[in-house]
Amino acid sequence: MGKVMKPYVTIKGTKDGLLFYFDDSCPYSEILEELTHKLEHNQALWEGPDTKIRIKLGSRQITNEEEQSLRDIFAQKKNLVIYGIESEGKPHLIESEMGITTLSGTVRSGQVLTHIGDLLFLGDVNPGGSIQASGSIYVMGALRGLAHAGMQGDERAIIAASVFKPTQLRVADVISRPPDEWTEFDSTMRFAHVVDGQISVERMNHFCQIRPDREWKEVQRSYRSL
Amino acid sequence: MVTSGKGGVGKSTTTANVGTALALAGKKVVMIDTDIGLRNLDVLMGLENRIVYDIVDVIEKKCRVQQALIKDKRCDELYLLPAAQTKDKSALTSNHLRWLVSELKEEFDYVIIDCPAGIESGFQNAIAGADQAIVVTTPENASIRDADRVIGLLEKEDMPTPKLVINRLKTQMVKEGGMMAIDEVVSVLAIDLLGVVPDDEQVIRAGNDGEPIVWERNCLSGKAYRNISKRIMGEMVPLLVLEPDSGIFMKMKRWLGFA
Repeated sequence: MGKVMKPYVTIKGTKDGLLFYFDDSCPYSEILEELTHKLEHNQALWEGPDTKIRIKLGSRQITNEEEQSLRDIFAQKKNLVIYGIESEGKPHLIESEMGITTLSGTVRSGQVLTHIGDLLFLGDVNPGGSIQASGSIYVMGALRGLAHAGMQGDERAIIAASVFKPTQLRVADVISRPPDEWTEFDSTMRFAHVVDGQISVERMNHFCQIRPDREWKEVQRSYRSL
Repeated sequence: MVTSGKGGVGKSTTTANVGTALALAGKKVVMIDTDIGLRNLDVLMGLENRIVYDIVDVIEKKCRVQQALIKDKRCDELYLLPAAQTKDKSALTSNHLRWLVSELKEEFDYVIIDCPAGIESGFQNAIAGADQAIVVTTPENASIRDADRVIGLLEKEDMPTPKLVINRLKTQMVKEGGMMAIDEVVSVLAIDLLGVVPDDEQVIRAGNDGEPIVWERNCLSGKAYRNISKRIMGEMVPLLVLEPDSGIFMKMKRWLGFA
């Protein structure tokens, strides 16, 4: 059945080595399957001196894990060395969800800063201004306006600010406003998160207690697992 | 341009005083009142009875620009272009103001546009004509919120960062914690401070008399306005000391009759 269809992986020889063209409209898993198949059969074809491999992903972008599984497949053939993985006109890696965007400036009254993903904001959010993100919001500066984290419903999102004086906080669909729901405190660095459908504001050092999976451990020295 | 967002914080008073102070320093200054329908810069300057033509007459070409300009009572180098009181404010567009300002710039060192309150057409027109903005605020939350909004709108324009004037600061109230201190206001708005004017009854009295406070040699608020005009001209002038323990404050108290 698969033999009738156009192959997902096309291989071309150049004077520098081999170019692998991956179809960008099929599921990524099928590419890996076909690639494994091609490498395991035609054993004789792959024998030989070290060969440079370049991979063209088309318009597809892949995650760290996807790149790793791709490299694992090529690792079976010691003489095939991956020299480059490219997507057309953009980085081949999708910024993973842990990735964070840094923006700076001042969000003034009447202005709205909307962001997809986690946001590190270097600057102030003034009263009447609002900052929204689908992920978490970290403000290095004063948060005096409205902050809405987990805009698309992520209740695990948090809002942290160096000077924590928001007019209103929202995480996913939970709304909270200062005086009556959480008590007055000195406006030092705090973060807000959702506990049992309510927003709770804590000191920064409590964070690892609510998200032990993100806790930093010295022995491991593995940044990836953070 | 002098703007604030909120009404009643002292845009016209600031315009009148800064304009007069610049003129006293030997510059050629013209002040344009763009608050059509609610003009009051002429009253503050005491020039109401001399108005023949107004800004709408100029843009409708009923008169030449020079005919509509009113020379100040005391300053030879200070002129006022009054707003229209009876006409509709839609008579003035941003293109008109851009043209008017470029005409006046030929002849004058400083063209000061007194904005109407709000962020509607009057404000948008003034933006079109101006190449630098002064935002006036009082140390009150409502006023700061509006000033912040205005600064946000100005930053979108092709204009250098606006400068801040804090008006009506009550040193005593700040000391008692009832009013925001200068530092707090500046840290929220995050723009350069051009000057701080203390709250002073004398300013109102002077406005009613049609004599800007800068004429008062010994008055602290008059001095504050003179300092602002010096900073506009590029001089480095330290901020007035308004602190309770300072000698100047005592002088002000004495002058106000408290001590």
